[in-house]
Amino acid sequence: MSNNEREILLEVKNLRVEFGKKKRDRFVAVDGVSFHIYKGETFGLVGESGSGKTTIGRAIMRLVEVADGEIYFKGKKISGKIDKELDKELTRKIQMIFQDPMSSLNERAKVDYIVSEGLYNLKNYKTEEERRQKVEKAMLDVGLLPEFLSRFPHEFSGGQRQRIGVARALVMEPELIIADEPISALDVSIRAQVLNLLSELQKKKGLTYLFIAHDLSVVRFITDRLAVIHKGKIVELAETEKIFRNPLHPYTRALLSAIPIPDPRAEKNKVLEIYDPSIHDYSNNPPKWVEIEEGHFVLGNDKELEEYKKILERS
Amino acid sequence: MTDRKVILSVKDLVVKFKLRGKVLTAIREASLDLYEGESLAIVGESGSGKTVLTKTFMGLLDANGWIDSGSIIYNNQDLAKFRTEDDWVKIRGKHIAMVFQDPMTSLNPLKTIGKQVQEAVELHQGLKKDKAKNAVLEILNDVGISDPEKRYNQYPHEFSGGMRQRVVIAIAIACRPKILICDEPTTALDVTIQAQILGLLKALKKKYNLTTIYITHDLGVVANVADRIAVMYAGDIIEIGTSEEVFYNPQHPYTWALLSSLPQLGVKGEPLHSIKGTPPNLFLEIKGDAFAPRNPKALKIDFIEKPPYFTVSPTHKAKTWLLDPRAPKVEPPESIKKLRQQWRVENV
Repeated sequence: MSNNEREILLEVKNLRVEFGKKKRDRFVAVDGVSFHIYKGETFGLVGESGSGKTTIGRAIMRLVEVADGEIYFKGKKISGKIDKELDKELTRKIQMIFQDPMSSLNERAKVDYIVSEGLYNLKNYKTEEERRQKVEKAMLDVGLLPEFLSRFPHEFSGGQRQRIGVARALVMEPELIIADEPISALDVSIRAQVLNLLSELQKKKGLTYLFIAHDLSVVRFITDRLAVIHKGKIVELAETEKIFRNPLHPYTRALLSAIPIPDPRAEKNKVLEIYDPSIHDYSNNPPKWVEIEEGHFVLGNDKELEEYKKILERS
Repeated sequence: MTDRKVILSVKDLVVKFKLRGKVLTAIREASLDLYEGESLAIVGESGSGKTVLTKTFMGLLDANGWIDSGSIIYNNQDLAKFRTEDDWVKIRGKHIAMVFQDPMTSLNPLKTIGKQVQEAVELHQGLKKDKAKNAVLEILNDVGISDPEKRYNQYPHEFSGGMRQRVVIAIAIACRPKILICDEPTTALDVTIQAQILGLLKALKKKYNLTTIYITHDLGVVANVADRIAVMYAGDIIEIGTSEEVFYNPQHPYTWALLSSLPQLGVKGEPLHSIKGTPPNLFLEIKGDAFAPRNPKALKIDFIEKPPYFTVSPTHKAKTWLLDPRAPKVEPPESIKKLRQQWRVENV
């Protein structure tokens, strides 16, 4: 299917998020970010700490205020003021999975309450029986037994807790799940379990994921398309394999070169690229956001874009 | 490698902890020879005992833990017999130093960076005032902190995560240790910074003739830095070999599982190999191969008797019954076969 025919689930247009009320301590966390996510795909957002990737996720969740730009969900504008009906719908349809399952679950609540909390808030069940069924189904979906509902979070291992976090999102029957570093706090052997669970659920339920991460090896494995973000700006966006084959922006190249390879020989011959933002000379030639090949966007000025084109021709 | 000098030798070490009235066995008869000048990576999941093992080298076990039996020979002394702080003070820093995981919490926020490094310099190198300060500036320069004169008077909060980790490394180096233990030195850092810190540790190892131990849960990270790799599971070293041997010719099913669950080796669109279940309960006695309950292809004997080390090569051994000549042939996962093939081709 060509990209033009695919349904766009979420669209972010020129998003800008600022922190700090006064002018002098204003900090621009996200600056002019645009991208869209197709229905049913896994879209990756990669960057280092402080790059603004989590802030973008939070802006979509409507947890931070948008200073400029718009966010659309299924064609409807969801940033700024929205009516109550839409608010309720979004709360249900966009869900989040957090990084650290040790701190994102309420220690004093039983699993039953943790998973049901969203249902209680929206009251989108008719009878107690229906609520229980929904919760039990969510538990089974993530590979946990319904018996676990009467237990407390501390009785579970890290991997199981993350499954509870996923169940809590699933019970709302969402369409978009924002997964913010969902596996970085887990052990290597448990990571694979959670990654597999996420892909399996996507296939079964047609879910769409916004996958926020800093670990590129994981991102390569799970995402269909990928945006690389640096200091609040997206510098490159394309299908994941395209980016890995032909990284164009120097920051993307630096990130890719830093991925640890589980292969001693390859690792010893690896050349590490270090990104120095001062190589860009944008003083009289500002950078543009350009589609350099089909579906492959990159940020650069005219001179840089010429070079990027040459790289693509050579490959 | 056998003719190399052993700098630290651990034999049949057993470490126990008392927790909520019950006794937990964290290290179960682990043995390890550390060679002078090498870089050894200890790999394992949380709770496998990798940190506890190295903490015993410095007498840093928590108050509820103790060495139950076994020995740790360093410089003709048995560290396992040390009881008083006075004994340990002679070892810590000067002989064995440690770099901790989180640079955000391992520095004193109320003291300048310079003072914190200088403390170590004065204590361990016996330098005073200006001489000490000059040594500090040199070390800061060594760990890649630019403009050390200015940085000397700054506080930890003025440093980024990567820079703080450089300071932590500087403090460890200032003690002029023989052995440097790096406990997850890059886990809390960004990928690009991670690569830089690993590069720095490698360079320092050369410059100061260090023997280094890396502790990590991520096999991907160690391919770069390790000469040898020890894989830990449930308090024991179940496989040890040169970096190439462990990556290209792994023998223990747990090592297979660890390697093949790396997303770098996965095939997109197919499920990633994952390890079922959870590590064993260390409060209970473990019978046989500790990994057997999670290993779908475990043999009968795996549940009955603990496997001894089987020798694969002079530098490579593993504790798995699969290496016994009587064992049936068990096929490793696809991704491991690919790794092996690559190795054979290049070794012909």
